[in-house]
Amino acid sequence: MTEQRCKGCWDLGPDDMTKFRAIEEAYRDSCLKWGYKEIRTPTLEYLHLFTSTGTLTPARLNKVYSFLDWDGWSGERVVLRPDGTIPAARLYIGSMEEKVLAKFFYVTNIFMFEETGREKREKWQCGAELIGAGSPLADVELIMLACEVLGKLEIKDVKLKLSHIGLIRGLLKKLDITPAEQDRLFEQILEGNGDALTKLAARSPELEKALPLLLDLKGQSSGFVKNLKVLLVRELPELEPELNDFIAIVDLLDTLECRYQIDITAASGFEYYTGVTFQLFAGDDEVGGGGRYDALIPLMGGKDTPASGFALYVDRLMDLIEAGHPAGSRAHRILLSIDSHDRASVSESFNMARLLRSSGYIAEFSLGAQRPADFRWTLDVRGKAPRFVLTDRTKRKKTEANNADEVLALLGH
Amino acid sequence: MSIKIALPKGRLLRDTAALLEKAGWELCGYEEGARFYRFESRRFPGMLLKLFHEKDIPIQVAVGNYDLGICGLDWIEELLVRYPSSALVKVKDLGYGASDLYAAASLEATTLDEMRSNLDVVRIASEYPNLAESFAAHLRLRHFKVYPLWGGAEVYPPESADLALLSEATVEPFAYGLVPTKTVLSSSAFLVANKTSWETKDLSEVLSTIGVGALPAKKPRATTSSAQTPGQRYSGWNDDDTVRLALPDGHQQVHAVKLLSEAGIRIEDYPSKTGNRRPCIGIEGVVVKVIRPQDMPMQVANGNFDLAITGKDWVREQLYQFPSSPIVDLLDLKFGRVRLVAVISKELPANDTLGLRQLVEGRSAPLRVASEYINIADRYARENHLGPYRVIPTWGATEAFLPEDADLLIENTETGSTIARHNLKIIDELFVSTACLLGSTNGKPGSRKQQTIRSIVETLKGAVERMSQKPEGA
Repeated sequence: MTEQRCKGCWDLGPDDMTKFRAIEEAYRDSCLKWGYKEIRTPTLEYLHLFTSTGTLTPARLNKVYSFLDWDGWSGERVVLRPDGTIPAARLYIGSMEEKVLAKFFYVTNIFMFEETGREKREKWQCGAELIGAGSPLADVELIMLACEVLGKLEIKDVKLKLSHIGLIRGLLKKLDITPAEQDRLFEQILEGNGDALTKLAARSPELEKALPLLLDLKGQSSGFVKNLKVLLVRELPELEPELNDFIAIVDLLDTLECRYQIDITAASGFEYYTGVTFQLFAGDDEVGGGGRYDALIPLMGGKDTPASGFALYVDRLMDLIEAGHPAGSRAHRILLSIDSHDRASVSESFNMARLLRSSGYIAEFSLGAQRPADFRWTLDVRGKAPRFVLTDRTKRKKTEANNADEVLALLGH
Repeated sequence: MSIKIALPKGRLLRDTAALLEKAGWELCGYEEGARFYRFESRRFPGMLLKLFHEKDIPIQVAVGNYDLGICGLDWIEELLVRYPSSALVKVKDLGYGASDLYAAASLEATTLDEMRSNLDVVRIASEYPNLAESFAAHLRLRHFKVYPLWGGAEVYPPESADLALLSEATVEPFAYGLVPTKTVLSSSAFLVANKTSWETKDLSEVLSTIGVGALPAKKPRATTSSAQTPGQRYSGWNDDDTVRLALPDGHQQVHAVKLLSEAGIRIEDYPSKTGNRRPCIGIEGVVVKVIRPQDMPMQVANGNFDLAITGKDWVREQLYQFPSSPIVDLLDLKFGRVRLVAVISKELPANDTLGLRQLVEGRSAPLRVASEYINIADRYARENHLGPYRVIPTWGATEAFLPEDADLLIENTETGSTIARHNLKIIDELFVSTACLLGSTNGKPGSRKQQTIRSIVETLKGAVERMSQKPEGA
């Protein structure tokens, strides 16, 4: 049989969907309790939304799914959403800008071409955006929210890595290179090429001493950033605001006993980031990331509004959680067998199943293919007395009943 | 082992023929004006050589229809920039056909840096839409639109586009009052191989004859004029009252001139011996540009032109892609009559669409439909339930694709003789197309522009009626 599934696209079967929903539910529950409101944006957006702000690097733009829509005679291209944050920012600017503070969350798919077709071209992510708050507390709130969800999902060996795009941009400005070269270097860093930063040391005498300390060492406390500040501010005083911002954030994380690693080279992500950025790992798997993007909303034509956000990568989390039962626990599953297919028995069976479902059970009719082992209970509906025979497969016990109320009573209702 | 090679027609043909002659391939018939598309090599008797439009060659090699191909690097990159995983190996720069691909703007235009920081839409016209989009992304243009064209991009700036991505080989920019603002690509003739063929077939004997392994002998570039003479401009192009008329280039020019003459409309330098694409028309308030008929429906729809003389086939192609395009067929001009037909090889045992459907039913390989009209071809295959199919876009000489490289063509024909000459047969007629005067539905009723348009329609209508009463050939 020829493979008919599109290259780079995956189906989510029942077991996958159970995991997917478990992640989504844990995420929704946390977000709602932290005061975030759910949004959903369209799958199609104008391409210019993503080009207008320098929001995606050219390398990423070359991998988006863009095309002319049915009314695209003007040459305006549309794109399958390649990122969740920019549509959320568009939504905020378009209809909610009067709000001083907007807290959004979403579970959405994003599309990005991947050459081999062995990796996913459609990915799912749980995203959150905190628009209108520019304080270190806001950054820490997002980090703690992301960590809470990972905790709920019992993800093991979670590591948090922190970097600061403001510091990197400050360093690039100190190099004797053109703005275009700065942009290119910045793109390389965002594409995950941490070496591009370390190679900078030789480009500037001022940076030669400071950079190895900044890039090679991985700190684990606010003390590390404070030490860097003492060292860097003498040579590079313009970095002081970024360093103070970074210190305030890691101070708060220390207070909350949230463990992290500071790794300035771990700054991959989106071009719209301006301040602290973070990556979340489970072992070696990157399962999420986010950061501050204060310049994005004004660049998109909105007011000068600070903002930050994150995304958890659902596809990777699905590989890390247990499957659970495909549809509810076995203890609440009942398999109904209809002995006689006369009208009265069929009608009584459907009524019984409806009552069981409204009492919280999963009631399935036996179609000959279910595995009884997946059910704690079986219920035979008979054409003669006793009308019902209920079997508790765990306790290996059979009991008889003559009406629905008696069945429910046997089940403890 | 048979080796299949795709060779270019057009600008690279002469140098490619010289290269292969020097290589001792002893080709029969690979020369300018060739009426057939298949050639044989006396030196390599098993080799299959076929003639293609340059633009088709990278696609044909990438899909595996040909082991090797020769074409410009510009067309290779046009494919690779959009489809980087295409199965192509760039084997060798052949050193001739050097030509830069550059972004050109009018002399008075803002600089690229200004365009970068500009919030307005930057319009880019090009035959290379994929390279144009990539160029815009790398330039960090904030908001851009790309007009994919069949040709004539040089006439678009500054009124109908801000930038044109042009090949030096086909256009001398200064002649059009344009200046190259940035070189996008330095192109020359390249030998390309299909990746699988390269990995699995022994092509060494063929390759060694054309000096693969040796450094390319670069031919000097033709020097281009640097005199920056301002080109023609239409200062009132975008005035509310100005009617912007698109006239066709190519073989439809003769018919268009006859029609205008019959209508008593004076037009100067059309067709132009010097390549002038802005002829002067003797109607007040009307300005003219000469563009490709294939591009006209989109250009009327997007508001760059108010009227155009094009073919109904291209109008339909536009409407199949963009059904709500604001365009309207104002007048049947009766000339340029062609039939759009479905064509298969004479060898196939089918005489109509139903027969073809039965023939392809249960076949695991998708039906390959080649056409210049990709949206018409797509709809035809879909509506006739021709099983799984793939539409192969072509850029002319589509009949060369059957039977090796396609199973079905959707093609236009005047008399059917070319189709018969290539051992093909027509199994269906989709529709008959003639030239038409195309207008926009977005016009402001009662405006001066609309009055001028109405008057042009009436004048041409009278001319068409008079012409249709004349005996054929008069």
